[in-house]
Amino acid sequence: MKKDFLTRRKLLTGGAITLGGLALTGCDGLSASPDFRSFLRTGEALTLSAQRALMLHQPLAREFSERDISPIFKANGTKNPNTPAYNALAAGNFDNWRLRIDGLVERPLTLSLADLRALPSRTQITRHDCVEGWSAIGKWHGAQLGPLLQSAGLKPHARFAVMHCADNYAGGPDMYYESIDLIDGFHPQTILAYALNGQPLDIAHGAPLRLRVERQLGYKQAKYLMRIEMVERLDGFGRGKGGYWEDRGYEWYAGI
Amino acid sequence: MTMQPAREVIYRHTRIVRIAHWINALCFLLLLLSGLQIFNAHPHLYWGQAGANFDTPWLSLPAFPDLITLPSHRDLAAGRNWHFFFAWLLVINGLVYIAMNLLNRHFARDILPERDELKPRHLWQEIVHHAQFKRITGPAAKRYNTLQKLAYVSVIFLLFPLIVLTGLTMSPGFNAIAPVFLDVFGGRQSARSLHFIAANLLVAFLVIHLVEVVVAGAWNEIRSMITGKFVVPPTTPEPQP
Repeated sequence: MKKDFLTRRKLLTGGAITLGGLALTGCDGLSASPDFRSFLRTGEALTLSAQRALMLHQPLAREFSERDISPIFKANGTKNPNTPAYNALAAGNFDNWRLRIDGLVERPLTLSLADLRALPSRTQITRHDCVEGWSAIGKWHGAQLGPLLQSAGLKPHARFAVMHCADNYAGGPDMYYESIDLIDGFHPQTILAYALNGQPLDIAHGAPLRLRVERQLGYKQAKYLMRIEMVERLDGFGRGKGGYWEDRGYEWYAGI
Repeated sequence: MTMQPAREVIYRHTRIVRIAHWINALCFLLLLLSGLQIFNAHPHLYWGQAGANFDTPWLSLPAFPDLITLPSHRDLAAGRNWHFFFAWLLVINGLVYIAMNLLNRHFARDILPERDELKPRHLWQEIVHHAQFKRITGPAAKRYNTLQKLAYVSVIFLLFPLIVLTGLTMSPGFNAIAPVFLDVFGGRQSARSLHFIAANLLVAFLVIHLVEVVVAGAWNEIRSMITGKFVVPPTTPEPQP
């Protein structure tokens, strides 16, 4: 009796340890499997639906006071696109830079920095959260994206705004890009920022123009904007996931 | 004349407790390992709303080793995928567990300490007993002891809610939905620090929990959490055949 008991116990304990070991080493294999990753990413779909359901009243991200502004606002990602085309624009103080808003719009727009500065603007002191975990608070000043999209006139099947940027991160072959949907596109705090902490945007922080979409993480805040293209689907850009980092496994919805 | 004492078997854990326990164990393990992966992306902790490389952290650690991160190599994106999937599972499992056990009065009956149990003299006796790593036997083994109850209450009603809410308070989307938690926890970076501290306390609980399982009789305890059946350890040593 006692002997059988011990045998069964040994068998079960041994089995549990083996299973546990297999499970842990198996986790790396699972992480590498695209099917399993897309299974894990049902978590992202749940987060998006849950947060959007609780955001129907379009709440604002918290805005802070001047004394909360970080002494140094960390620049991350590309700190200088350093391509011949960008360097030429920067050398001319971005006088020759133009932002195009096109794609699924009735009236494509081409805007200079002076045009953008002449538009009604918004100033907001907000917290920037990097996906790595750090945060910095800065005062952003720029034109709201919503009214600009309205003046371009969206076609009925326009669903996303794709931001095309002037930088190729770390000198790689792929240009940086990002995308947001119309809920964030028309959010009052979604601005095209041309100033940080009362100074014209510097190159490290995205000169001449960057996106601020305040209820999402840092990698959505595309720098060095060149063109905003309204589209119906995201699968035609990059590797089809809607952004440079999204193409490398990060969530498209970066609200968490 | 030899008396063979009857081997007393009780039904200790309901099915909902057993299922919730193992789902929670799986979620906790995977959340911990993927959490260390996420932590490694910026292994510095701050107090307040903001904090980055130029600010002063209250804690800076070397990166956790590959052996205990998920995935083992540096991959923040995959770590986040694991973390948020199992965070949802943990929350759903936890809500079902709490709702069911409020309804069937398991918490009121078995988990919340009674007034007498909280008297200092009784608590002291239990602390001494625990310090001797003595197996609890007989009728006393059929119910949770007071320190055990207090540990479960803190984990179920304090640490898990804290770790979920501090996790959510790191979400810029959730901050817009419920900015009050930024004030409750003192800012996003404070929430991140508290999330880390809560995780450490849960690991401390886990270590004590596993030691106690061994002290109380590992096989009997583990089986009771799988089948529900628990053999009450007899007060006198079982006679050998």
